[in-house]
Amino acid sequence: MSHDVLYRDELPGGKHWSMVVKRGTLLRLTDKDGGANMGMLFYNPANLLERYNAPDSLKCQHTFKLTRGNCLYSDMGRIFCSIVEDSIGWHDTVCGNSTKAGVARKWGGVDYQTARNDWTQNGHDSFLVEGAKYGLGRRDLAANVNWFSKVAVAEDGSMSFDPTNSKAGAHVTLRFEMDTLVLLHTCPHPLNPAADYPRRPVIYELLKADPVSDDDFCKGFRPENGRGFENNRIYHLCSCGSEG
Amino acid sequence: MIKESNLSPAAAVIRQTVKAGGYWLEKVKAGQIFRIVDLEGNQAADTLFYSAVDPSERYSAENTIREQGNVYLSVGSKLLSQDGNLMLEITADTVGRHDTLGGACATESNTVRYALEKKTMHACRDSWLLAVTENDHLGLSKRDIAHNINFFMNVPVTPDGGLTFEDGLSAPGKYVEMTAAMDVIVLISNCPQLNNPCNAYNPTPIEVMVWDQAQSA
Repeated sequence: MSHDVLYRDELPGGKHWSMVVKRGTLLRLTDKDGGANMGMLFYNPANLLERYNAPDSLKCQHTFKLTRGNCLYSDMGRIFCSIVEDSIGWHDTVCGNSTKAGVARKWGGVDYQTARNDWTQNGHDSFLVEGAKYGLGRRDLAANVNWFSKVAVAEDGSMSFDPTNSKAGAHVTLRFEMDTLVLLHTCPHPLNPAADYPRRPVIYELLKADPVSDDDFCKGFRPENGRGFENNRIYHLCSCGSEG
Repeated sequence: MIKESNLSPAAAVIRQTVKAGGYWLEKVKAGQIFRIVDLEGNQAADTLFYSAVDPSERYSAENTIREQGNVYLSVGSKLLSQDGNLMLEITADTVGRHDTLGGACATESNTVRYALEKKTMHACRDSWLLAVTENDHLGLSKRDIAHNINFFMNVPVTPDGGLTFEDGLSAPGKYVEMTAAMDVIVLISNCPQLNNPCNAYNPTPIEVMVWDQAQSA
């Protein structure tokens, strides 16, 4: 992509952050070393009760995985963002988060007193901290996306984590279709079988998106997505969105 | 997995029919056994659970499927909260598989799934919103409307990552039964969906039953 990078940062493994991403912005996520996981949740900053709904997103696109062409829906039938590029092909949104107890059980948790900023943080607490900055509490958490992570399902329903899913340099790009509060962390996927607590950095970049064309890949990916984009259009008719 | 129950409906302490489009909100105590019957077949009972002691603790679909390593629910499934605590365990099931990936219908999601002009058709999340608002004393609100179980629904995942909606495995009179491990609030929307072939476009009543532990012994 030839777009200018407006902002670029690297989130080390096992950390968390949050930001409001404006409509018409691209967020490009790059797995620097391979094997990364980035947990993410989405809210409407103008009405925090509107939030990412993984079941709605999956069932309306008849998919279990997320990849290019898929849109991430709010519970109000609108699209927070579309996946416009993906070099990986499979991202999980049903397995939830690592927890303090889970990290302790699997990797033997290391506290801040012992390890300072190399402590073993977990995804659930990361979302609690970032959400609280906007008045959100534990009741507001939902099933999150786990970018870069693949959990496949066999015929009998059994689930298996694929540790080879994301290679160094792999990337996925989101185009935001409305202003969105984004909570994110780089704590390990809860099904990661690594022997040691995995710390995998993710580079995240903000870029200006091109306007959405009539023949946009995500909009046409499913007839449902066309209706989702129409819901966004109606929403922006009635609100003071940053891009009008 | 199919496992029948030996409990007699005549011994149930609660026995109620819930019509399609309605909701059922009740407390079930630790040790009590709770059954949902699909009276006419291929209905969906969209169900949420909360801790009766602290309703901010609730059923977590993510924790439940991840910890059991399987996306489908049946006998032996331990229904976990977002704190990882056991809320209920499925102890009998004559259907064999229940969904917890597909979520619940909403007026807004109906616009995306079916057509924009479907937006005023009744939906599960409207029933839940009415339930929590009519029962304000419980302290529940839209924030607590999370990802649910669809008892009797069949939503297979394919190995290549597709999600399909198949005809239900359920049939008239089939049921699922679970034992509460903590005092829980049960909130069911008996799904009013008229646009989905999985219920043959015909939402029908369910029956709920509760037994005391002592009577089941």
